[in-house]
Amino acid sequence: MAEKKSLFAEFSKGIIKENPVLCLMLGTCPTLAVTTSASNAIGMGVAATAVLVCSNAVISLLRKVIPDKVRIPAYITIIATFVTIVQMVVKAFAPAINDSLGIFLPLIVVNCIILGRAEMYASKNPVLPSIFDGLGMGVGFTAALLCMGIIRELLGSGTVFGLQILPVQILIFILPPGGFFVFGMLIAIANKLNTKAGKKVIESPCSGCPMSKTCKSFACEKTEEVSENTDKEVVANVN
Amino acid sequence: MLIKSLVSVFLAAILTENYVLCKFLGICPFLGVSKKLNTAVGMSVAVTFVMVLATAVTFPIYTYLLVPNDLAYLQTIVFILIIAGLVQLVEIVLKKYIPSLYQSLGVYLPLITTNCAILGVTMLVLQKVETTTAFTYTFGHALVNSLGAGIGFLVAMVMFAGVRSRIESADIPKSLQGLPITLIAASLVALSFLGFSGFVDKLIPLA
Repeated sequence: MAEKKSLFAEFSKGIIKENPVLCLMLGTCPTLAVTTSASNAIGMGVAATAVLVCSNAVISLLRKVIPDKVRIPAYITIIATFVTIVQMVVKAFAPAINDSLGIFLPLIVVNCIILGRAEMYASKNPVLPSIFDGLGMGVGFTAALLCMGIIRELLGSGTVFGLQILPVQILIFILPPGGFFVFGMLIAIANKLNTKAGKKVIESPCSGCPMSKTCKSFACEKTEEVSENTDKEVVANVN
Repeated sequence: MLIKSLVSVFLAAILTENYVLCKFLGICPFLGVSKKLNTAVGMSVAVTFVMVLATAVTFPIYTYLLVPNDLAYLQTIVFILIIAGLVQLVEIVLKKYIPSLYQSLGVYLPLITTNCAILGVTMLVLQKVETTTAFTYTFGHALVNSLGAGIGFLVAMVMFAGVRSRIESADIPKSLQGLPITLIAASLVALSFLGFSGFVDKLIPLA
């Protein structure tokens, strides 16, 4: 019973509390690029979830076999294998989605959500929780993409899932600037809700990055230092 | 004709098809490392270097090894392994032979393996070979395209570092501080790049 509950907790944390896109700032590139319509967002979300669940399961199975030094290349190879499989499946059964996702389907391989979960969760936990963690993170990713997709499609082409709803079209929302803008506003809303709930707000896109361990002492830390200093200055000015 | 098409490919990669602002590739470094001008430039130079090198290796491997053997479906897995290996190799070579360059660029190299702009550029140039009809898209075009993509990345990073230094001193509503205002600023920078659409085709008419 207790185990069942914890498995559900593994699943549900990815959807709201640790939403990969809105709270951990992972997978920004596909979030901005494929959310021009709600159906694209679902396609991307499902493809990434499939890769995430499979790679989490395999990495968790192999966690004691893979030497620590070569773990990143090993994870990348496992992830790339599943991406190739998903790519072939999508090409065969949903060619329309394959065309609209284009280059971003193979680019799931460098999506930091997947490598991030492998590094932070699957490499340290048994198979079953890893699968549920992958499933939860995948659903959270899909939900965030869908949210972006619905807003952008509704404002940009007046439709949702192809159904006409608004009579006006603000084309800019399905163009790149609209993507940045809607994403900025969504993060602002998430920040507002998080501060109300008394939780920490993300400052830098580096905080959730799977490579932060490797780069902590280099590029990121420099910028972090700067941000800390300027924050202190701002506080000092306010005082 | 050849020179004309090369120039057109180069300018298009920088302005109309800017990898960061028009194609959404490499957003993580764009948001993460653009706070200071010198880190922005260092990262962009490293990205440009690896982009050109990766294209120079993956393009012939794809056309002369994978396609003739019916292995084109292995593209993703082969390319990511080549890029990972290449980045390691560059790091080792720089460390041993050009330590001064390693000091300034080496710190960015580990981050580049998982940068989607690199994998993206190597795959997109291969798509261009099939879709370009105005002229034959050769290995030279692919290299020039990668160089342009890298310089486009540099231009976007430098512009954005300038914009961000202005934001630092602005008074911003609490919920918008940090990442949200950065994204909204990126939206405005992307808007300015929309102005270039159709620019290269008009400037250098091909076909």
